[in-house]
Amino acid sequence: MHIRALGKVYEDGATVVRQGEMGDCMFVIQSGKMEVVREDEGKETRLSVLGSGDVFGEMALFDRQPRSATVRALGQARALTVDKKTFLRRVHEDPSLAFRILENMSKRIRSLDGELAQLRSSLGQPDNNRT
Amino acid sequence: MSMQLDNGSRAGVIGGGPSGSLLAYFLLLFARRIGLDLAVDIFEPRDFTKAGPVGCNMCGGVVSESLVQALAAEGINLPPEVVKRGIDSYVLHMDVGTVRIDTPRHEMRIAAVYRGAGPKGMSDTGWRSFDGYLLELAKGLGAQVINSRVDSVTWDNGRPRINVRGGFSQDYDLLGVAVGVNTAALKLFEEMGIGYKSPKTTNTYISELRWGQDLVEKHLGSSMHVFLLNIPRLEFAALIPKGEYVTLCLLGHDIDGPLIRSFLEAPPVRECFPLDWTQPEEFCHCSPRISISGAAHPFADRVVFVGDSGITRLYKDGIGAAYRTAKPAARTAIFRGVAADDFRRYFWPACRAIASDNSFGKVVFAVTRQIQQRRYARRGVLRMVSREQRARNRNPRMSMVLWDTFTGSAPYQDIFMRAIRPFFLGRLMLDVASAVVAPGKGTG
Repeated sequence: MHIRALGKVYEDGATVVRQGEMGDCMFVIQSGKMEVVREDEGKETRLSVLGSGDVFGEMALFDRQPRSATVRALGQARALTVDKKTFLRRVHEDPSLAFRILENMSKRIRSLDGELAQLRSSLGQPDNNRT
Repeated sequence: MSMQLDNGSRAGVIGGGPSGSLLAYFLLLFARRIGLDLAVDIFEPRDFTKAGPVGCNMCGGVVSESLVQALAAEGINLPPEVVKRGIDSYVLHMDVGTVRIDTPRHEMRIAAVYRGAGPKGMSDTGWRSFDGYLLELAKGLGAQVINSRVDSVTWDNGRPRINVRGGFSQDYDLLGVAVGVNTAALKLFEEMGIGYKSPKTTNTYISELRWGQDLVEKHLGSSMHVFLLNIPRLEFAALIPKGEYVTLCLLGHDIDGPLIRSFLEAPPVRECFPLDWTQPEEFCHCSPRISISGAAHPFADRVVFVGDSGITRLYKDGIGAAYRTAKPAARTAIFRGVAADDFRRYFWPACRAIASDNSFGKVVFAVTRQIQQRRYARRGVLRMVSREQRARNRNPRMSMVLWDTFTGSAPYQDIFMRAIRPFFLGRLMLDVASAVVAPGKGTG
């Protein structure tokens, strides 16, 4: 089936993007799973596990900051690269192309909001900054 | 009478190829986003699950790198059962040598697909038609597919009415025409009294060669094989691997029998073919027409033409042009209105951009023709590309110009601007001069 699939194969544990590196593309997972991990002071924390159809690395398309996390294959996985230049040229012609990315980011903010509230609650801090 | 689509409005789309399915898909997607209750009917008599001509839309079947990425960004990921072969490189064949050019990211980002269910007699059945897949996407959002041929389109109280064989008739608030240029149905629209005139066309040649999976893998691998040969009237030739078959695609002016024979007998082509392979007496082949200009008046009140019947990209990436016209047509209809003036302001610029890019495309292909006709120029190009590929050059200028020209991955204007940069021209001149002085046969 490999010859029929698009994108690139990443074997188990292979790093797709590395935290701290500059990026010029985003990725769309075609098959398999990938984990997103954040490295701080030598310690790794898994932020999420992504699956087929999920998008990552899109922040690099909109800001010029280094990658905020590392993404690795969990088992064999396949991802398609979307070039920054190709994507942004299309978005300038057709802004609605960014809608899916916005949906994705919105979903992530919701999830982060939930996790932040849970964390504050477990630390006994009232959340009085957000509405 | 309101020229806006409201709750309960109906859109009729004639043609269920990529432009028709994408028009229906985006109409329904945008309608859903703003909470508009819209019904969409797609009229498509073909059955894309049937092998051979009855389910085929006659096309080389290559989804370009830029379209694969755009669709992925839209959330449309082509599944493996639709992709007959992921393409990660192309091999350029000339009489002076051969060179392989890899994708910039060494990744399968071009999809070789079958528009229908593949050639007649195909034994591999574990996959789906590309057109059928897009049609299913539109159905997934609520489009209704009517498997009937449209007999006539008339007007009823300012609304287009579609009449099909068997007596079914329906008025629509919007008529989307997505019929391609290989159908007599285009006449129906020329007679609608809206000033529409179908695009100029030329014929091409496509055939399906059954080599078998092993020979395809051995001879072509995951590369599209492109030929730059000095054969009059031939603009472009390619062999595209698709599982057990290879699609031979010839583009140019009035492709006929003698031209096809000249091509098949050319030494660089024979070198690509398996030694003991012979063409069976019966095989799938067709000479579809392709559009080489835009249609006149591809919109009117409540009517819009997308894809080939409106405008397409010159020679390459016709499926990409279907996407690039279907989406603005849907966006205009949902967010602006369905009056001719709405289409003129918000849809026509997308058509004009393709037309203007095609002007650059004509220049790009005219230059390519000059290179095709001059052996020293072909040697110069081969030298430049071979050096870039050997050195794994960070900025492989000629490789990228050829890649984008042959795969349809970048606008022609972009290719043209890169090709007239002083460094590019200087480097090419040096390589051409070297090829004249030391005409050794280069390989990649």
